[in-house]
Amino acid sequence: METPIIVKNLTKKFGDVVAVNNVSITIEPHEFLTLLGPSGCGKTTLLRCIAGLEDPDDGEIYIGDKLIYSHVKGISVPPGQRELGMVFQNYALWPHMTVYKNMTFALEIQKLSKEEMDRRVKESLEEVKMSGYEDRYPREMSGGQQQRIALARMLAYRPRVFLMDEPLSNLDARLRMDMRTELKRLHHISDATTLYVTHDQLEAMTMSSKIAVMKLGVIQQLDTPDKVYHFPGNLFVADFIGNPKINLMPGWVSRQDLVDMGKFNIPVKTYNKRGDVVVGLRPEDIIVHDTPTDNTVEFTAYSVLPSGADTTIIAHMGDTELIIKEMGVSKIQMDQKIWLSFKQDAINLYDKETEDLIQS
Amino acid sequence: MAVALQESQSPGQLWQARLRRFVRWITTPHVILSIIMIVVMFYLVIIPLYRMVVTTITVSEMDLRMIQGVEVGDLTLYHWIRMLTGKIGQLMTYEPLVHSVTVALGATFLALAIGGLMAWLVCRTDIPGRETIHMLAQVPYIMPSWTIAMAWLVLFKNQKSGGTMGLLEFITGAPTPDWLAYGAFPIIVSSGLHYYTFFFLFISAALLSIDSCLEEAGELAGAGRWRIMRKITFPLVIPAIASGFIMTFSKAMGTFGGPNVLGLPVRYYTLSTMLKSNTGIGNNGDAFVTGIVLILFAMVTVMLNQKIVGTRKSYETIGGRGFMSKKVKLRNFKPIIVAGVVVFQFIIAVLPLVLLIVSSFMLRDGNYSLENFTLAHWLGKGDIKINSGEPGILRNPKVWMGAWNSIRLSILTALFTALSGVILGYAIVKGRGTRLSKIVEQMSFIPYVIPGIAFGAVYIAMFTKPVGPIPALYGTFALLVVVSVAKHLPFSARSGVSAMLQVSKELEEAASLAGATPWRRFVRIIFPLTSTGFVSGFLLTFISTMRELSLIILLVTPTTAVLASMTMRYIENGNDQQANAVIILLIVLVMLGNFIISRFRGGSLKKGLGM
Repeated sequence: METPIIVKNLTKKFGDVVAVNNVSITIEPHEFLTLLGPSGCGKTTLLRCIAGLEDPDDGEIYIGDKLIYSHVKGISVPPGQRELGMVFQNYALWPHMTVYKNMTFALEIQKLSKEEMDRRVKESLEEVKMSGYEDRYPREMSGGQQQRIALARMLAYRPRVFLMDEPLSNLDARLRMDMRTELKRLHHISDATTLYVTHDQLEAMTMSSKIAVMKLGVIQQLDTPDKVYHFPGNLFVADFIGNPKINLMPGWVSRQDLVDMGKFNIPVKTYNKRGDVVVGLRPEDIIVHDTPTDNTVEFTAYSVLPSGADTTIIAHMGDTELIIKEMGVSKIQMDQKIWLSFKQDAINLYDKETEDLIQS
Repeated sequence: MAVALQESQSPGQLWQARLRRFVRWITTPHVILSIIMIVVMFYLVIIPLYRMVVTTITVSEMDLRMIQGVEVGDLTLYHWIRMLTGKIGQLMTYEPLVHSVTVALGATFLALAIGGLMAWLVCRTDIPGRETIHMLAQVPYIMPSWTIAMAWLVLFKNQKSGGTMGLLEFITGAPTPDWLAYGAFPIIVSSGLHYYTFFFLFISAALLSIDSCLEEAGELAGAGRWRIMRKITFPLVIPAIASGFIMTFSKAMGTFGGPNVLGLPVRYYTLSTMLKSNTGIGNNGDAFVTGIVLILFAMVTVMLNQKIVGTRKSYETIGGRGFMSKKVKLRNFKPIIVAGVVVFQFIIAVLPLVLLIVSSFMLRDGNYSLENFTLAHWLGKGDIKINSGEPGILRNPKVWMGAWNSIRLSILTALFTALSGVILGYAIVKGRGTRLSKIVEQMSFIPYVIPGIAFGAVYIAMFTKPVGPIPALYGTFALLVVVSVAKHLPFSARSGVSAMLQVSKELEEAASLAGATPWRRFVRIIFPLTSTGFVSGFLLTFISTMRELSLIILLVTPTTAVLASMTMRYIENGNDQQANAVIILLIVLVMLGNFIISRFRGGSLKKGLGM
């Protein structure tokens, strides 16, 4: 099914607070698009507007070629007729109904035959590996199991679009990893257009085909996870994505392709920019040497934090602090002198005033 | 290892270790408090119930005239046989039982219908003036339960009682039919209108606590408003309805004021009025049989109710975000519905007061001409032609004494209830999971299912003679305090527990690591953090004691009379206007108390109910 979601100039206010500010976004068919941002950025509100659970104040929404909301035309299709399925953050399983009843609630409304309902329940439960749980009540299951049932309930509707509102945030770390795998698999098989909301960047990075980073009701960047990570469009995105955090240092373009960092210089492509800039450098793009070589800068290892697979080193020089990620176990000791070099093509340069990425 | 250690100990050492462990256990603060409370509740609840049963099967001096060949103190089934068989059984037990159940069920369902509808309107629709509706809905709770019954008399009585007519008869000229003036119908309506507050508060709290995404999920599944309400919302508020049902039914079963005011003129006896009339003539054996029947019936209903609601479907409504983003739009119906609610709340909250006030200014009852209006019932010096020479209530030392008794009783009860709330809450919460804690919790719940008047009856049985260290209390003011505190035990336990649960365990543990003694931890950490809960509990107890009648009606004497019992005495003597004036005075005092205490540290009625 070719079902895109098209949102045009959508605005939603709560009193004086603008939760979604004139947002336009197209979610292509079969895409797994994640709305990512800190709490209060409007990502959930945008999702709920698409679901029909909130009435927007302005704009238009299409699902497929069907206009489901338009402020100008006064159209607002009820949520139940938008042919979408949703998984809620706390699952929203009806506590007084068994798993079977939970799953057939919508199917009864669609007036499906008993055989068809049984078939769909069976199939959907199989898909989430929960066969045999038909007669359980929600509170008789663990959080992870409830999560799977919520997913199965959505699958049983056979919706054209999947909406997921932080579905994994109530699970513990291990289960979350398992469910990520399953969700991605599920999307891969069903190929349904999926809109996913989360504040967890790792979730967004690992599962999505595209990420829309939001802040204060505005989409900051809409791109593939790879692009969002390696070429963050502005300082907010750069700072929000990545763990450990990106290093952002003030600098000054002294001449073409050279940034003056005060105590040292970094050669980098500056295009036509002059004046104050911010240099963005991911921790893994800094190389640590234990002896001075050409084009290195001397720092002191302030703290060394090995985690097994990699080691995070916090390096100081005067007021400048850098976070470095080295693969494997590092030989560096705390308070040891170290010399750093930077992967030039990984450096991003931002305009200090507009905070935007400087590019050709 | 542990086994090896034990084996190496001699029997003497073993016993010593056991003794040490026992001493350590018994000196834990919550264990001490639990044991103290168990002893206290044993005295206040279990022994009186036991004595009540014993009285019904023991020959008393009064019985000697009726039963031949027995001595005082012998066992006898005389009272049970008399009360449960034959014509007397029919008249004194079965008929009142049917009446009680009719009235209680009727009032409960009426209250449920009104309270549920109002709660839905306030929580789920775009009705304006939500705050005001909410506030007015609590007014009946502040008024004594028989206020509406008395106002009903002013409006609908016919010449059967006191030979004077009510307002309706005066206007229409035709005598008001008995079914409208007295008996089941007016008792059901007047108590239903009073008790709807419980359902309103419980159901609206439940509606607000339902996570809105449960309903949204229904919407996404394509369900309409009606289906969502029927299949999702309603099943989720069933627990709230059930607890409202228990509370209202048990209160309505034991209520005395309404049936006394509206039932007696047509000899429509309920178990509660029957109980009163039997103790009135000193026949405690018979009266207690009635009391036990009443208690058993209330208990059975509560159990049935719990069975029906069941455990598999009982669940905590998971804390939601507490608001619905989309409300049902009333659209064109809005003006009609708003008008309906306004009129309804006016009828319940304002009209009764107006009627009672107007009536208290009338010299002779039933005469609505202007020259009949007077201040005599308020300020009169006591004219032999008016009310057999009783002075106006504000000049009547008996009324002032009653007012003082009411205030004193309410304050003392509220204080002791708050105190027992602290202790019960601490004992139950700190001992969570132990058998001791469970026993304390269950014992404290018993008075909840004993209807008010029967609970009062229990205490006649108890304190006519000294019991253990407690002297004979019958006829004393102290007895009123004891019975009121005991009846409030379930409430104080519940509010104590919920206040205590708000203090996380770590806060106290941190203090104990810092070396604070249990007493210091309590005074410095727990009490400051829970005090608002106790202030609102105090307020609630104060109000409910002030307007309590059923509980103490059997225990008051002329010197210990309170305002609530005085209204009944005035009505029985046919002085309706003075009764109305006294109840107005009572309501003013309650509101004053409410106002003063709610200024103080922001306690509120709602918080006090544990919501």
